[in-house]
Amino acid sequence: MMTDWPILSAVTFLPLIGAVFIFLIRGEDEAAKQNARYVALWTTTITFLISLLIWVDFDKSTADFQFVERHAWFGGIFTYYVGVDGISMLFVILTTFLMPICVLASWKSVQNRVREYMIAFLILETLVIGVFCALDLMLFYVFFEGGLIPMFLIIGVWGGKRRVYASFKFFLYTLAGSVLMLVAIMAMYWQAGTADIPKLLAYDFPVPMQYWLWGAFFASFAVKMPMWPVHTWLPDAHVEAPTAGSVILAGILLKLGGYGFLRFSLPMFPVASAEFAPIVFWLSAIAIVYTSLVALAQEDIKKLIAYSSVAHMGFVTMGVFAATTQGIEGGIFQMLSHGLVSAALFLCVGVVYDRMHTREIAAYGGLVNRMPIFAFTFMVFTMANVGLPGTSGFVGEFLTLIGTFKVNSWVAFVATSGVILSACYALWLYRRVIFGDLEKPNLKSIADMNRLEMSYLIPLIVLTILFGVYPKPILDVMSVSVEKLIGDYNQALMVIDNAKYALKP
Amino acid sequence: MSQLGEYALLLPEVIMVVGVLILLLVGAFQDKGGAKLVWGLSLVLILAVIGFLVKDWGANAILFHGSFVIDDFARMLKILVLVGGFATLYMSVTYLSETGLFKPEYSTLILFSLLGMMVMISAGDLIALYLGLELQSLSLYVIASFQRDSVRSSEAGMKYFVLGALSSGMLLYGSSMIYGFTGSIYFDQIAKVSLTEGAANIGLIIGLVFMLAGLAFKISAVPFHMWTPDVYEGAPTPVTAFFAACPKIAAMGLMLRLIYSGFPDLNTQWQQIIVFISIASMALGAFGAIGQTNIKRLMAYSSIGHMGFALVGLAAGNREGVEGVLIYLSIYLVMTLGTFALILAMRRDEEAFENIDNLRGLSQTNLPAAFMLAVLMFSLAGIPPLAGFFAKFYVFVAAVKADMFILAVIGVLASVVGAFYYLRIIKIMFFDEPKEEFTEMPSQLKMVLGLSGLFVLFYIIYPSPLIDVAKVAAKALLPTI
Repeated sequence: MMTDWPILSAVTFLPLIGAVFIFLIRGEDEAAKQNARYVALWTTTITFLISLLIWVDFDKSTADFQFVERHAWFGGIFTYYVGVDGISMLFVILTTFLMPICVLASWKSVQNRVREYMIAFLILETLVIGVFCALDLMLFYVFFEGGLIPMFLIIGVWGGKRRVYASFKFFLYTLAGSVLMLVAIMAMYWQAGTADIPKLLAYDFPVPMQYWLWGAFFASFAVKMPMWPVHTWLPDAHVEAPTAGSVILAGILLKLGGYGFLRFSLPMFPVASAEFAPIVFWLSAIAIVYTSLVALAQEDIKKLIAYSSVAHMGFVTMGVFAATTQGIEGGIFQMLSHGLVSAALFLCVGVVYDRMHTREIAAYGGLVNRMPIFAFTFMVFTMANVGLPGTSGFVGEFLTLIGTFKVNSWVAFVATSGVILSACYALWLYRRVIFGDLEKPNLKSIADMNRLEMSYLIPLIVLTILFGVYPKPILDVMSVSVEKLIGDYNQALMVIDNAKYALKP
Repeated sequence: MSQLGEYALLLPEVIMVVGVLILLLVGAFQDKGGAKLVWGLSLVLILAVIGFLVKDWGANAILFHGSFVIDDFARMLKILVLVGGFATLYMSVTYLSETGLFKPEYSTLILFSLLGMMVMISAGDLIALYLGLELQSLSLYVIASFQRDSVRSSEAGMKYFVLGALSSGMLLYGSSMIYGFTGSIYFDQIAKVSLTEGAANIGLIIGLVFMLAGLAFKISAVPFHMWTPDVYEGAPTPVTAFFAACPKIAAMGLMLRLIYSGFPDLNTQWQQIIVFISIASMALGAFGAIGQTNIKRLMAYSSIGHMGFALVGLAAGNREGVEGVLIYLSIYLVMTLGTFALILAMRRDEEAFENIDNLRGLSQTNLPAAFMLAVLMFSLAGIPPLAGFFAKFYVFVAAVKADMFILAVIGVLASVVGAFYYLRIIKIMFFDEPKEEFTEMPSQLKMVLGLSGLFVLFYIIYPSPLIDVAKVAAKALLPTI
């Protein structure tokens, strides 16, 4: 072990400590607000810097969990057990990277109840990082579902007009999905006698049981992902959430589902995964095509991006269940890339929303004349969203399509047509918002991006292009873990196949 | 241990009896300030009894030829009940003084019913069971209608009395059947007969069914729940808090004791009944609460639902299940007390409010209180990392161990439906625009709300003590399984 101090716990709970600090801030209104913002910014930034140390010290040559910490908890039944491997480490960094951006994005746009807002975000950060680090099923579940509370409040308190509806829908949808997973977790605990994830990864669950467990986990992750047809909470939640809320939702919370598939469904229930993969493929293909078509018809910028998120997550599920190297690496890459790109798109929407207070596409037009920097930024991310080669969006989509093509070429064919559709809606959106004549009178005086807005969008531009032309650092980190995942998966399937033939007379 | 030594374990009950009789006299002979004095002394008395119970931890005795069982199972539940009684009595003072109900009889009646519950929990035969139950119930009927000049309160007392008497009748009928078919009133003798004859003894089964029906009434499980919303709404609020907390714990303890020590081998028979009332209670609690606007009625439905969840642990029929029920009841007690502390604080200009709408925008007028209530509501809904989640977890994990997947799935889905109305309260407090501020919370209410909120919030960090105690208690009830 390269570090002997509990770096993962530090990264996980530092935001919580920041939240406690903000909770203790007293004093007159304006100063308290400003202090809360600064504490949140510093906490998230320091957390990000510490989390970079994980990447620096990360040993790429092993698929084992690293930076492991373990303490007894609940009288020994469960343990506080955390660690990261090549798959989860990247998501931890993505989370810590997006959080300071969220704080900056809310600097000016959130003016009421700032303290509570920052506390909610910091608690959310703790819970999300906890999900990615947890190596105990119970710990995982606690973090996984605990995240609902702050997100519910963020949407409900600081959201738009229909925020109450959206927050309830978000909460109840995801809760309904995850309670079934809870029952499955209990069943796994009694069956294997442990809640230890590395041990469970090595445990062979009996085949009929795998189907049920897979189904229960699928119910939870499919809602979280979200997959068609249980995606309907997402557009509502996105539209109503404040800008930073949408960024977290699209950038991180959606990845919990994909991460769950990689951590639980595929390695723990390989037989069931192989059995149900065709269903997942077709659900993904439908999601890609259908939600892209729906996105074409949207009048609200945020809703359009929300539907495009569902489509992009379709590539992830497709790639993951293809269970080939390219498919899974592509799926992970697509999630990370989407975490950057969709977050950036929502931030762009936030930029114009803060000026005009509307998200109607029709209310804009010709922004390039007044906002050249914004037009450029928005173009980069639109292209990345479409999957233009040279942006990070391309790498993920391309890899998942190759991976799937090997397994099921028809699904890959249908999904590829989704890429064309995504070009249609994204470019059309760009055309309607940015180009054309600047006719609307209230747009005549609109100002370009200020320095604050640039400060959080420029890093995103750099990373999107960097990982588009040079994806190696990311693919390198995950490759050993992914190879092990696929090796175990194929081995489990082979054992079952051999058993089948052995039984034949 | 010598004979007297064993009887020394009876000291908590003895202190309770002597103390409450003395306090009755004190109340009768003091005219002014008597209420306050009796109130204070009652609190001291309860604390003293809790102290003696804790001191005796680990000691067992079966007294009076098996009528009175003293073990850690009984002790844990007694402590829970007394803590509940202490907290509700402690919280009642402002409400009672403002409504002119602050009389010495109030405290003594609470003490009498606590005494009844202690007898119930320790009951080892059918007579002690009935004695304890009636002592408890009669005191409760009176305090339900304590606000004599209010029609609602009198109606609540009346309803509670009539329906309670009916359930006592069923219980008695069941007891007499059991006595008739086994020839004994002692649980251990009944257990012997039920072990040898089993389900072949139809009279025994019918008796058991009647007894379970009577007890289901006391814990307000569906289909014997009809009285709950009306009584909760009509009774003075501190009394409602007491109803929601203590009698249910005592009756649930009695149910566990009766089933496990009287009918250990009739699982297949009683499990069907328990599974049914558990599912029905969870579902009714979840759906019934959705349309409520009165927070006391809402809490009534919530308590019906929670009893359903606790029964899941009983239905599982294994030791994990008993542990689960005990942990559930402990956490439920804390959550209920905290919630009622806030309900009692819903006052403006000496007028108490019960409509949920009055909580509008509480987060902007009194953030700490709103935060604590939100924590309690999320916990009641069973969202991790709060204590209420772990309460549900323990009972469901026991059910899953017993392969009752359908029960577990229905249960967790009911908890999702139930989450809706708890969220509604949070929505009202956090998302809506504020009303006028409430009157400053009295320190007693702050204390109870704060402590229960902190318990719920930080249970996750150090859960072992409660689990260990529940394990010991469950082992005391089930030495063999």
